[in-house]
Amino acid sequence: METVSSSIPLENFIVLSSMLFSIGVYGVLARRNAVLILMSVELMLNAVSINMVAFAVYTAPSLFVGIIFAIFVITIAAAEVGLALAIVLRVFKNRGTANVDEIDTLKW
Amino acid sequence: MTQVFFYLISAIVIAGALGVVLVRNVVYAALLLIMSLMGVAGIYILLSVEFLALVQILVYGGAVTVLVLFALMLTRTGELKEKLDGEQKPLAAVAALALLGAFLAMIRQTAWPRDLNQLTVVPFTDIGDALFSRWAVPFEIASGVLLVALIGAVVIAMQEEGER
Repeated sequence: METVSSSIPLENFIVLSSMLFSIGVYGVLARRNAVLILMSVELMLNAVSINMVAFAVYTAPSLFVGIIFAIFVITIAAAEVGLALAIVLRVFKNRGTANVDEIDTLKW
Repeated sequence: MTQVFFYLISAIVIAGALGVVLVRNVVYAALLLIMSLMGVAGIYILLSVEFLALVQILVYGGAVTVLVLFALMLTRTGELKEKLDGEQKPLAAVAALALLGAFLAMIRQTAWPRDLNQLTVVPFTDIGDALFSRWAVPFEIASGVLLVALIGAVVIAMQEEGER
């Protein structure tokens, strides 16, 4: 593996990833449509992947831990989005809405 | 030159992400999500991990966004002017900004090692070797998880007897 000097410091990638993560947090908290909440979760997962890949290539490339972890994050995200959208569809069929604040059967 | 590309791609990623959480049309939100995630693929290329960039484009650009668009289509209620944000929106903004502030303060205060502008170029073949030797067991478990999740999704979304 060769090492090259990069003109972008590691901090830039971490700042980008924390901004993306915060935007995702805002989306999860503010939106009420379940599909939009899932899209915000995808943003957060991507922010974490950027963070781990940046640390992997800049500080600890030996076992590719960060890169492998990012691959697993993408895999699990695909599984999660498929399953979650199936649940959203089922909820929509049963309750006629995909808004999380109208699905309040467990609230008392 | 690389820096210009970095700031350009970062702007695409952040603008797309802001669009996803702020825009008032769900289909536009999904399309902006594609833009943001393709920007993330560009970030991976800047980090010299081309393999992840390709996977990102295949999985997010292809599979995930198609799923999301189908879910949006199938959960349309017909009300065009439906409110997409809850009443907790200002609180959510405060919480997200506080989180961002905490992150930025943490990044500022951390004493990074000095040689942090040395980037290791990881070749395709090395990632493949590592994935199928050192990380073979987690890889197989992940494929099992994917299979179970997809079968589960089919079972959950399937129409039961007596349903329209």
